[in-house]
Amino acid sequence: MLASVRVNQLQRLLLSARRLSSSPIIPPSRLLHQRLFSTSDTDASAASFSSSHPKIQTLEGKASNKSRSTSSTTSLNEDELAKFSAIADTWWHSEGPFKPLHQMNPTRLAFIRSTLCRHFSKDPSSAKPFEGLKFIDIGCGGGLLSEPLARMGATVTGVDAVDKNVKIARLHADMDPVTSTIEYLCTTAEKLADEGRKFDAVLSLEVIEHVANPAEFCKSLSALTIPNGATVLSTINRTMRAYASTIVGAEYILRWLPKGTHQWSSFVTPEEMSMILQRASVDVKEIAGFVYNPITGRWLLSDDISVNYIAYGTKRKDLGDI
Amino acid sequence: MSKDRVLARNLRTSVCGTRILQRTCSTVVTHDVSTSCSNESNALNNSTDDGPQHDIAIVGGGMVGIALAASLASKPLTKHLNVAIIDNNPLLGRRNIIEKGHQPDPRVSTVTPATISFLKDIGAWKYIEQQRHAYFDKMQVWDYTGLGYTRYNANDVHQDVLGCVVENKVLQSSQLSCVQESDLQKTVYPARLNAMDMLPSSSLTGLGEVPSTTDLFMRGRLAKLELSDGNRVYAKLVVGADGSKSRVRELAGIKTTGWNYSQNAIICTVEHTAENYTAWQRFLPNGPIALLPIGDKFSNIVWTMDPKEASDRKLMNEDDFIKAVNDALDSGYGPNPETTSSRDSLSWLTGDATISAKERFETPPKVVKLSSERMMFPLSLRHAKDYVSKRVALVGDSAHTVHPLAGQGVNLGFADACALSKAIAEGIALGTDIGEANLLKRYEAERKPANIAMMAVLDGIQKMYSLDFGPLNALRAAAFHGAHYISPLKKRIISYASGEQSLPLFS
Repeated sequence: MLASVRVNQLQRLLLSARRLSSSPIIPPSRLLHQRLFSTSDTDASAASFSSSHPKIQTLEGKASNKSRSTSSTTSLNEDELAKFSAIADTWWHSEGPFKPLHQMNPTRLAFIRSTLCRHFSKDPSSAKPFEGLKFIDIGCGGGLLSEPLARMGATVTGVDAVDKNVKIARLHADMDPVTSTIEYLCTTAEKLADEGRKFDAVLSLEVIEHVANPAEFCKSLSALTIPNGATVLSTINRTMRAYASTIVGAEYILRWLPKGTHQWSSFVTPEEMSMILQRASVDVKEIAGFVYNPITGRWLLSDDISVNYIAYGTKRKDLGDI
Repeated sequence: MSKDRVLARNLRTSVCGTRILQRTCSTVVTHDVSTSCSNESNALNNSTDDGPQHDIAIVGGGMVGIALAASLASKPLTKHLNVAIIDNNPLLGRRNIIEKGHQPDPRVSTVTPATISFLKDIGAWKYIEQQRHAYFDKMQVWDYTGLGYTRYNANDVHQDVLGCVVENKVLQSSQLSCVQESDLQKTVYPARLNAMDMLPSSSLTGLGEVPSTTDLFMRGRLAKLELSDGNRVYAKLVVGADGSKSRVRELAGIKTTGWNYSQNAIICTVEHTAENYTAWQRFLPNGPIALLPIGDKFSNIVWTMDPKEASDRKLMNEDDFIKAVNDALDSGYGPNPETTSSRDSLSWLTGDATISAKERFETPPKVVKLSSERMMFPLSLRHAKDYVSKRVALVGDSAHTVHPLAGQGVNLGFADACALSKAIAEGIALGTDIGEANLLKRYEAERKPANIAMMAVLDGIQKMYSLDFGPLNALRAAAFHGAHYISPLKKRIISYASGEQSLPLFS
């Protein structure tokens, strides 16, 4: 269970900005602070090449294609980029500080692959079963989920509220032609829903326990999902076992995590999850638990949903969609 | 200009950080920096530096390397992969037809039922069945002192056969036929591996550009292989299937442990007047002699002895050699065992008696002719400390070299090929980069314990039966008797020798 604690601690730290952006009132100073991280490839290319250089068109085309944010007030900062580059390597080092996420990844990917192959009637023995489908990874972090989904053939958009994460994920994905097509955006599910974007599958792993208003969050996820599309969420259950292992165990007894990392009251039970999603027009079809085996260092799918679990649902066709 | 400085800084960090680089850092820095700079100004220059890019490069086109390629070709998740096979054996590039009734090759393998199952899965067994091969369903093991013997029968564990003896060239050509007839994208490079370079993962500031092959190599996403013919090949994963003196293992910096036995083995093919359907093994003062059926009245001899005796027997004339073989398999060195009444005294242990427990001792069929050259090679045991490192995996003898006793060596290699192709398929299913260390470690976690266990068993047998010492002889004979009559023990031994994973002697 301690590995799950570290997983969620890391996710919580990286997603702290989301809670701020979800709250109704955001102080102007915070908005100004966030803007400091934005960069523009167009500005960078303008600074690096003469106006007649053909690569400018390529760069601008790519920037436009990836819907990257632009700002005339800043330019590409190479020192910042080098710093993000180092952090990206840390994110993706399977024995580094994000090791618990790496250990959990194969198991949640196995669940996602099998359920979505069934959902979309795709061949599970195909190397790229999700070709032709659009997926979005809400809370993508460094891209640990987005990149495997792209290798499975999906057209992937990765979204994170932390600008640094988006830069890190983009740097790493560009290292491989298969994953360099991923669109990474620094934004929120709410804003994308307001823009009217739609996806075949919406995935949000280890995020909902950190958002201020789970019901509103799930409405946004549902709004992003096409009718009959799939929605997948994973989180920690609000049980005594989860309290014992993630809060009392890790924070107070073993002191592996600072006190206050997790708020037990923020955990969502599977019943609450189903109800929230039901009200958001998503019918939950399947829930599976994740159980950690400390001997093998691997996570296994299980019927035991008392600590970590993942839920898959189908977006209903409502009257409003007709 | 500042962009070039960033590139140079990252290159220095990457290059000097690597431990397996074969050239001096300064040379590499100079070369690669100039390459990168020229990439900026002339796109054409980029293409001349790129070599072909593959998903997997299999170094070594022997039985295990080709088995891996055939296994990948047979799986839906892996048959789309782009595979390079690197070996300077010219036969790999053309269809390898063995004419029926060819003269037998002394190099044979005893394949277990588990291996037969694997070879059927990859589609190779149907080709093997068209060539000479020999199933055996009985095995007799005994000791020159005449104090004990053990017989095994496949029916003891409700199987049809204990194994099958196949010539190595038949095994290889059958697997090659599978690969050639498959849809696998394969390229054969008839060359040796000269150098292999890997750089640590790094994120260069090449935002927005499509990475070239050189870029991917520089970012640690590809391994670069330099071949003896001057060609350069890039791959996401390099598999070392190049035998006990593996160049891949050496270049990857993987160390081995092991030792040489002070013994050599003579192998050759012999002929009988009647067909041989049993595997025979007799332990002599200087080591075991095995007689394995290979079909068409031929059998294979594997005779272990000290180096001087091996040299003498290799050089003696054919008639004398045949006489020596017949002596070694019959009453030479000591009497044949008799079926004794000790069965009665052990009846309380046998439970349901095995079929073979009732069988009497038999003498092997007489050898009447030598049918191949005699080959001699030293025996050794070697094990790699690691089977995998970044973008590298070792299979077969490059990971483990074992005593040919019981003919288990190649079966371990086939199990490696099966496990590695399965790990790659699972990785692809989950969207993993197939050169990723975590993925490869799954293969190692599965194969290393199994191989170590088999190596320990073979080494123990080797040591137990390489000494001629009275009390030890009696102990050895008692072990034979126990193995002959105690059913659970015998069934465990047969199941284990058949390739099942459980250890003998333990439940």
